[in-house]
Amino acid sequence: MNPVLSIRNLSVALPPGADRPYALRDVSLDLGANEILCVVGESGSGKSMTAGAVMGLLPERVRATQGRIELTTGAAGDSRNLLELGQHELRRIRGARIGMIFQEPMTALNPLRTIADQVGEPFRIHTALTSREISKRVLALLDDVHIPDPAAAARAYPHELSGGQRQRAMIAMALALEPAVLIADEPTTALDVTTQAQILRLIRELQERRGTAVLFITHDFGVVAEIADRVAVMQHGVLVEQGAAADVLNAPRHPYTRALIAAVPALTPPPERPVAGEAVLTLDKVSKTYRSGGLFKRHKRVTHAVREASLTLPKGGTLGIVGESGSGKSTLARCIVRLLDPDAGSIRFGELDLATLSHRAVRAHSRHVQMVFQDPYGSLNPRRRVGDLVAQGPVAHGVPRREALARARQLFELVGLDPEAVRRYPHEFSGGQRQRIGLARALALEPSVLVADEPVSALDVSVQAQVLDLLASLRERLGLSLLFITHDLRVAAQICDRIAVMKNGSVVEYGSAAQVFGAPTHPYTRSLLDAVPGRHWTPPTTGADDALAAA
Amino acid sequence: MRFLTLAGRRLAAALPALLIILAGLFLLLQLAPGDTVDALVAQIGGADATVIEELRRHYALDRSASSRLLDYLWRLVHLDLGESAIYGKPVIDVIVERIPPTLLLMGSALALAFGFGMVLGIVAALRVNRWPDTLISTLGLVFYATPSFWFGLMGIFVFAVYLGWLPAGGYGTIASGLAGWAHIADIAWHLTLPVVTLALIFLAIYLRIMRASMLEVSTLDFVRTARAKGLPESRVVTRHVLRNALLPMVTLIGLQTGTMLGGSVVVECVFALPGLGRLAYESVMQRDLNTLLGVVFISALLVIAINFIVDLLYARLDPRINATH
Repeated sequence: MNPVLSIRNLSVALPPGADRPYALRDVSLDLGANEILCVVGESGSGKSMTAGAVMGLLPERVRATQGRIELTTGAAGDSRNLLELGQHELRRIRGARIGMIFQEPMTALNPLRTIADQVGEPFRIHTALTSREISKRVLALLDDVHIPDPAAAARAYPHELSGGQRQRAMIAMALALEPAVLIADEPTTALDVTTQAQILRLIRELQERRGTAVLFITHDFGVVAEIADRVAVMQHGVLVEQGAAADVLNAPRHPYTRALIAAVPALTPPPERPVAGEAVLTLDKVSKTYRSGGLFKRHKRVTHAVREASLTLPKGGTLGIVGESGSGKSTLARCIVRLLDPDAGSIRFGELDLATLSHRAVRAHSRHVQMVFQDPYGSLNPRRRVGDLVAQGPVAHGVPRREALARARQLFELVGLDPEAVRRYPHEFSGGQRQRIGLARALALEPSVLVADEPVSALDVSVQAQVLDLLASLRERLGLSLLFITHDLRVAAQICDRIAVMKNGSVVEYGSAAQVFGAPTHPYTRSLLDAVPGRHWTPPTTGADDALAAA
Repeated sequence: MRFLTLAGRRLAAALPALLIILAGLFLLLQLAPGDTVDALVAQIGGADATVIEELRRHYALDRSASSRLLDYLWRLVHLDLGESAIYGKPVIDVIVERIPPTLLLMGSALALAFGFGMVLGIVAALRVNRWPDTLISTLGLVFYATPSFWFGLMGIFVFAVYLGWLPAGGYGTIASGLAGWAHIADIAWHLTLPVVTLALIFLAIYLRIMRASMLEVSTLDFVRTARAKGLPESRVVTRHVLRNALLPMVTLIGLQTGTMLGGSVVVECVFALPGLGRLAYESVMQRDLNTLLGVVFISALLVIAINFIVDLLYARLDPRINATH
């Protein structure tokens, strides 16, 4: 292979006082023309630092201390060490020879300038084209990335486009000058699953047509299975394994790779569990509508966030609600715990109708239905000790403080945390630990129903597997019924007994996990399943437990 | 058309506030000892009881406060600000005479504060935590912490009395007979010290906001995108950071118009400028209720107008604003 980009023994030092001395240690990678190399790793593995080092865009006070990054510059195969270039020379390479796309299409474009202006910018800096010529090229590029109505999109500001369209514009911008290397840093992580599938297809298509070398950074093995030619796995700044995609995915050698792959949930649901016929929660035609606009009638807008959702949660079972952003799944969850008031319909919990309880009664009954939130960072008050946070609910319901704190320690043990940790503050815990605290907080009130809104979406895959295991075992031990909201079909397949698929506020499909995944009836469910990255790849299961133990 | 309805709506929304301010001020002045007649009589060196009684009846001060308030508001509906007891002519005429110096003072001070605050803020942000930043930030703190009357007095002492470079006060050389450019230059010369005095404290505020906002914007993702495109640093700043960083500055102009009017009262008094601020001060001292209410009314309209312009400007600068309406 003739590499376009070759990283040799690269080490990147972090400033003194960081949690480790090196962000990258002795990393060597080769990226050939016309291939997609996926760099996989969990947060903190150094995969984004690698991209930063190549672009010469490392954070302040972070420096490459040894190694070479060779970029082939001429047709004759001459190469230059990017680490030795000055800022001025680097700038001529960035955008022209190496393009880059980022994770957040929302924030990666300047909100105050039009798409045409931003996509055309690389031409204005790197070439001497006239502005007429540039706008022609911009339109051609936007057409290339399949944006509907390129002329209108060119005139639009970023906020006027959808997330997928913005990411297409980003790709157009990065590929404007036909760079030899494209670095994609988690380009589909912030997108919905169907959009993600389209963007992955687009990257593949453009890469094949132009023969670009793509360095694709991701945390998601499904995406790797979908797009990679070769894979490099990173852990704590060290490259632990690299090889052809099929080899690494199906026969991983390094224990860390094996552990990571073992943690990826399979898309086929496990054998059905026997679930009681008795329902603990019955939703009947629950609706929630948002109205915006003030006094002036013509500005009024009505959004049907949830439309006549009817579902039942079996006692001791798990009901999964899956859907893309804006499908109304979170709104429905919030209606059930009455953070929002539903407009119509009933939510039967035993003798009670949770939908029509007065606010005073909701407080008294809130202990039966508790919620776990998505963001493990934002959902705990940073100024209070975690023990107090867990005890807060019982204290509000009249349990003596001392007793509630003692209970908090027991709960910490239950969710797998050190009971002594109750005296610490939220920032002292990792994301996975914080999600366990969130669970302990919800369980402190001894609820019979737990509503979990994307509880593992913000977590790394290995931590995600642990939290899912914990949820499943708590369900058994405490006889909990679980309402599990997620956008991730793999996760839903593993933990849910029944699944409801939501789209634009309506439940379009509802059935057992085996039915929904095995024989979906609604076209939308089928398109969702078709869009799951790496759906043709089943993670190898052999030796998974040894691998976890070894890691 | 859309512009006019928007302006009309903004004015309508401000009406209740305007009413409360005027009524509140009216009632507040009833609590102060003495009235217009007392002030007039003190000026002419005293008068006997029948004359005072006559004057009170002439200015309708013998009627109850509530009936006078209703009377005033009723006249205001017809856009009649009434007569000034002290100046002996319609309030509106008195105010119109006094508006230009104040507008000139405020406008120049705002431009100076905004311009220099922006430039210094940019420099400080680009050299963050290095000596230019430390110097500029310290200077900003000094400007912010020093009261403007003290700056004014020290300015007069140093530049007018000691060095003799600038005049100590006034709005142009008296009876100079200057015309055209010479007249304008004369006014500019007289306004230099007052403008700088008024501007310094606002300059400090703009500087700090600009610095903070530049630093915040430069951490955003699209700035990284711009660097990844290979833009030179200067172009990253001018094309991507600057306009985004200016948005909070523009908001601040609107918020501070009121404060600036308040500041110009002090500065106009220190430098003996015949402006709206000093007119307000004199009206209070002489209990000239009609003039004072008129000044407040016109100032409120001025603040509303400037805020409206700022809103329009903001909508021009930020395309996201138009989308929601």
